[in-house]
Amino acid sequence: MEEESDTRKINNSFLRDHNYATEADIISTVEFNSSGELLATGDKGGRVVVFQREQESKSQPQRRGEYNVYSTFQSHEPEFDYLKSLEIEEKINKIRWLPQQNAAYFLLSTNDKTVKLWKISERDKRPEGYNLKDEDGRIRDPSTITTLRVPVLQPMDLMVEATARRVFSNAHTYHINSISVNSDLQTFISTDDLRVNLWNLEITDRSFNIVDIKPANMEELTEVITSAEFHPQQCHTFAYSSSKGSIRLCDMRQAALCDKHCKYFEEPEDPSTRSFFSEIISSISDVKFSHNGRFLMTRDYLTVKVWDLQMENKPLETYQVHDYLRGKLCSLYENDCIFDKFECVWNGSDSVIMTGSYNNFFRMFDRNTKRDVTLEASRENSKPRAILKPRKVCVGGKRRKDEISVDSLDFSKKILHTTWHPHENIIAVAATNNLYIFQDKVN
Amino acid sequence: MFPKGTKRKFSDSGEEPVSGGDQAASPVAAQTLSSSYSLQRQSLLDMSLIKLQLCHMLVEPNLCRSVLIANTVRQIQEEMTQDGTWQIMTQALAAAQCPGDRLVATEVLCRQTDAASQAGQSPKPFSVVGLEEGYHSEEVVMEGDVGTEVTMSTLSPVSPQLSSSYLAGPFGMGPCWEDEEEEGECEEDEEEDSEECVSEGEDGDRDHLSADSRTGEQVFGTFEIKHPAPPPDPALEELFSDVDPSYYDLDTVLTGMQSAPKMGPYDLLESLSTHGPTALSSSSSCRSDLNELDHIMEIIVGS
Repeated sequence: MEEESDTRKINNSFLRDHNYATEADIISTVEFNSSGELLATGDKGGRVVVFQREQESKSQPQRRGEYNVYSTFQSHEPEFDYLKSLEIEEKINKIRWLPQQNAAYFLLSTNDKTVKLWKISERDKRPEGYNLKDEDGRIRDPSTITTLRVPVLQPMDLMVEATARRVFSNAHTYHINSISVNSDLQTFISTDDLRVNLWNLEITDRSFNIVDIKPANMEELTEVITSAEFHPQQCHTFAYSSSKGSIRLCDMRQAALCDKHCKYFEEPEDPSTRSFFSEIISSISDVKFSHNGRFLMTRDYLTVKVWDLQMENKPLETYQVHDYLRGKLCSLYENDCIFDKFECVWNGSDSVIMTGSYNNFFRMFDRNTKRDVTLEASRENSKPRAILKPRKVCVGGKRRKDEISVDSLDFSKKILHTTWHPHENIIAVAATNNLYIFQDKVN
Repeated sequence: MFPKGTKRKFSDSGEEPVSGGDQAASPVAAQTLSSSYSLQRQSLLDMSLIKLQLCHMLVEPNLCRSVLIANTVRQIQEEMTQDGTWQIMTQALAAAQCPGDRLVATEVLCRQTDAASQAGQSPKPFSVVGLEEGYHSEEVVMEGDVGTEVTMSTLSPVSPQLSSSYLAGPFGMGPCWEDEEEEGECEEDEEEDSEECVSEGEDGDRDHLSADSRTGEQVFGTFEIKHPAPPPDPALEELFSDVDPSYYDLDTVLTGMQSAPKMGPYDLLESLSTHGPTALSSSSSCRSDLNELDHIMEIIVGS
């Protein structure tokens, strides 16, 4: 695996001060745009921070493409639902970029209830020479204006503006867990625990409910939707995952309401490993199509699986993320870690997959060589431009040097959100309130 | 969450029963797998019920989490129904008869099964039993003291056969469990006789399982002392009467590992349990506790 640890360098780390980190600073989502030039993070405080990759400079090749803050804006504010007497958190659950179509960038951000379309644009000129207003901006008395002057554009310092262009609200009763932009570039879906809604990016006052698994009697509820995503090329196909470990592929051409799936991916349970926690650990926390659209990747509590769209009865590949936790499920249930929602990502060529774990560890699996590596995103163990060392968790009694024992893993340091540059081996890893960006060693 | 370096005895003790034993009272160390499995199951049930109850204290509960926990409770209940444990609880509860405390809301957790209806149970007491059952087990767990620590560890990779065969043991044969309890309740309520007949069938299991009896007696022998079903011990009642459940905030329970590894959740249970069958008269606090339980349903419904 070319992006393996020994060839990996820390290119940049965006660190907020540990000591002053608050709950609001915890990063709740991270996402590269389709060119990889921009990287967006959302946090629990409802803020979106966009990083832009620096242009390459020949004088400092080691500083190749560092990411610097480009724009910061408050995407969502805490709200109050008066009907239900509930506070709606401002926490950003997901960010999805729209493919770039002009000079401006667009992204969708969502909290539990409301999706917003943001436009991020640059301004480096401003019109000057109006004579309709005075210097303070007040409109002059028209009777005093005797000539009309045409304003001219004057250069000014670069300004990056973020403006909310659309607000898609009032369509979700439950918590939105994912959003996905369609390849037709005109629609997107937003998914909550029980429903999937289809929106047109231009229309905010109505959406179409395309999946609804809410039972008539909520007492019969035993399954929820955990994530959903559009196929990267086929604009009529989307997949959604459930808390029972299954994935359903739906075709919107078949019916307006996609209650009937066209494919159903599920692995039969292994009776030898059955326990009371079987269902909980099989609950899928994330589903992602590969870039080529041939595969689906799902993350459950202990594993990440790759599914071939042509094979529904079992996954093509299963990778153990942290199997050493299998004996600790009861404790993890007790402290609620078992409900953590880890995400997973593909690299640009779909040959490597990455997902997070505890203790600020994250895992990479090379699908071709079947090699895997555990890396750590931590300030203590890594300095800018240092090479990451692979980490090992020891399960048995004897612990070798550089190994960490299962019992000393820090379960409060979890890497839930990661993203991979669409074309290059650059990854961004969110570790609580820190964002780490790693990239291949520059040769 | 466990801070770095915290020793997590909960699971350690399970992997090495000996080390668990040195903290435990000697009878606990002698537990066989069977009783430890049922204890594990009990404490898992307790924990799940507490989690569900606490869900509604959150501003916006996580539906996925609630559903997964509720499914876990159902699964445990189904298994207990199959091996007969559930009916014993049901019957005990029906005998205790506390109609005012019926929890309609918990039906979702303790879905009425065929077995239950065959046993002649109406759904409401049946659901109460679900909770009641947790309380009883609580007594066991508390008594077992460090037995709790043993509980969680080996739970996950237990095979189904293991469960069915071993479970019959402790519950089927613990004489102090069934008999004592039934006697106690017979005195209180004669009309429940018909229901008690139901359990007679299960008694058949006892004989051939006598091999396990020693451990069963050890567990339930201690259990007997603290059993809440007999007429309440005034001292005991007083001891718990001023336990304020609101004291146990979410953090204590959900991150109980950190400070008091096990006590958070169980204390809460304890406080509830003493208001249950024993102290029916202390209605106001009892009601409020049970009303909270009523909300479990609402949480799951997500309203």
